[in-house]
Amino acid sequence: MTSIESQVLQPYKYGFVTDIESETVPPGLNEDVIRLISLKKGEPEWMLEWRLKAYRHWTKMTEPTWANVTYGPIDYQAISYYAAPKQRPKVESLDQVDPKLLETFDKLGIPIAEQKRLAGVAVDAVFDSVSVATTFREELAKYGVIFCPMSEAIREHPDLVREYLSTVVPVNDNFFAALNSAVFTDGSFAYIPKGVRCPLELSTYFRINAQSTGQFERTLIVAEEGSAVSYLEGCSAPSRDENQLHAAVVELVALDNAQIKYSTIQNWYPGDEHGKGGIYNFVTKRGACRGKNSKISWTQVETGSAITWKYPGCILQGDGSIGEFYSVAVTNNRQQADTGTKMIHMGKNTKSTIVSKGISAGHGQNTYRGLVKILKGAEGARNYSQCDSMLIGDQCGAHTFPYIDVRNSSAIMEHEASTSKIGEDQIFYCKQRGLSAEDAVSMIVNGFCKEVFKELPMEFAVEAQNLLGISLEGSVG
Amino acid sequence: MNPLLEIKDLHATVDGNEILKGVNLTVRTGEVHAIMGPNGSGKSTLAQLLAGHPAYTVTSGSVKFDGKDLFDLDPEERAREGLFLAFQYPVTIRGITNSYFLRSAVNAIRKHKGLPELDPLDFLQVLEDKLKAIGWDDSFMNRAVNEGFSGGEKKRNEILQLAVLEPRLAVLDETDSGLDIDALKTVAEAVNALRSKDRSFVVVTHYQRLLNYIVPDFVHVLAEGRIVRSGGKELALTLEEKGYAGAGVGA
Repeated sequence: MTSIESQVLQPYKYGFVTDIESETVPPGLNEDVIRLISLKKGEPEWMLEWRLKAYRHWTKMTEPTWANVTYGPIDYQAISYYAAPKQRPKVESLDQVDPKLLETFDKLGIPIAEQKRLAGVAVDAVFDSVSVATTFREELAKYGVIFCPMSEAIREHPDLVREYLSTVVPVNDNFFAALNSAVFTDGSFAYIPKGVRCPLELSTYFRINAQSTGQFERTLIVAEEGSAVSYLEGCSAPSRDENQLHAAVVELVALDNAQIKYSTIQNWYPGDEHGKGGIYNFVTKRGACRGKNSKISWTQVETGSAITWKYPGCILQGDGSIGEFYSVAVTNNRQQADTGTKMIHMGKNTKSTIVSKGISAGHGQNTYRGLVKILKGAEGARNYSQCDSMLIGDQCGAHTFPYIDVRNSSAIMEHEASTSKIGEDQIFYCKQRGLSAEDAVSMIVNGFCKEVFKELPMEFAVEAQNLLGISLEGSVG
Repeated sequence: MNPLLEIKDLHATVDGNEILKGVNLTVRTGEVHAIMGPNGSGKSTLAQLLAGHPAYTVTSGSVKFDGKDLFDLDPEERAREGLFLAFQYPVTIRGITNSYFLRSAVNAIRKHKGLPELDPLDFLQVLEDKLKAIGWDDSFMNRAVNEGFSGGEKKRNEILQLAVLEPRLAVLDETDSGLDIDALKTVAEAVNALRSKDRSFVVVTHYQRLLNYIVPDFVHVLAEGRIVRSGGKELALTLEEKGYAGAGVGA
């Protein structure tokens, strides 16, 4: 089986370090550190108060242990909670951005400079704790779309931020969300006004660079009545022996007839083959379908991180609202993933769809954990769940924990699950038709993930497939 | 001219058990050879070993394919050189359509031959021509490879691949197993349409009935890892009449 396993994942390609002088606050967490972060960000008083409130909650909370993952204790006092490239330009124009940063994002395939930009995609580039550039802002502004770093939104659009921030993920929602609320440094803010279909894909690329730091980003997307937006996020980090913490919070709000499509390609450094190093990816993502007939769709391709703890969910409040979750999670070597979704049906005739594909190789452990809850008032709710696991080799594991809680007898629930193994026979069959072993594995894994990949925007589908070492042609969409 | 396939004193094991104990067989271009034999005689082992299945270990002997040492070639190289195995138990590949799979295979072989790859439209044309030649429609081209296929459909799919990939040597491993008489006829007619002076067949089967439709030039009986009798097509009828034991072959 080792011949197959070695072909599943390419070596981590994004493990380089950018040699750039950065300003880092000393490790440790207390109210003074939070005050310092808030000061550096030039935040208004209410924001500081909000952070301190979150911090006080956090100090009384304990780290969750129910996930099907194991790791040593995290010393929260050993982490530095703020790191930013020095001499951060006041970005009047991209020409003023440190060329080293532009180069870094170029290397990651996220060109920011004017002449190289990806057509049709507006990018917010976040480097450690700060956003270094956001492209296509003027173009978006013509449509009334706001797309800017979170720290800027707090200063420039305080009313919008105050109206929606922490209304989907309360500051005390869980241990990591509370920590994030206390110390988050940047992230993206997007606001799509009434009736506007956002003309570009919005995208944020998160890069961790500095050592001994955590990255705590906060993203908020608000889609007003009748609007639509597609948002993509990508991320990577240098290969280091230490574990680094990434605890993000993402909140989505969709009002009447609004649609938000949120896609993630998570490629944080996964650690080496012995499980040394790698990112702890402990993330809270939730969308509120607040308006009637609104729709929120999560698509995630999780290939990186030493440990993934992540359950993007939808609160289906509006009547006729729709929640979707499409996921590919890959664990290789010593990676562990405990991921899935929560679909909370509150409104009438709400629908949710869950398609989860877990691929385990090496000693990887892959857990699907999902909750579908139909509340009493959710007349006519429907859910379809499909959880498929693929095993490559005999040292890995696949686990499935689907929770279903139905309080209204009119609900229609469907659940399908399967487990399969890439076998020598499948590989041999493909080889006998002239395909190389590499192409055979690619094809088999690709076919397995197809239902999820076809949900990704085209630009990302390519990246996702490359990440899995997959040749693209003809098999997507 | 070299024979297309020349097997000499071939010994092979699986899990340490010797299955082939000195097989000799020569197949020239354009010939159709049937290999018959009781269960466990080593027929399928021979078929899979020729294609390079990793479960089998060659302990001695040689196989030449068009003058080249077959064991110097990886399974995919054998395929690209024109050796095709119609599987007894074809595998399923979820999410990959038959037409995508076949085009990938065709292009892997074309690349090997230094020919330009076919784009989807060109390939569609090739496919239509092949389907017409064997009298089939394209109803399962857009389904995932063998997913949800009936036994008959799977076997038909193998023969369709044979038609499209145009091998020089096609090894059919119990292609008749699990087929009812109508499906058997359909498959056999397609195989007959693919017979040509440039292509050889090795037809592995337990039953004579397939050979009523695919009439071989030579029949060999494999028993306990050796070819114990060889003859013309009438040998198959003798076996049918008397059984393997009756023909002195041991069941």
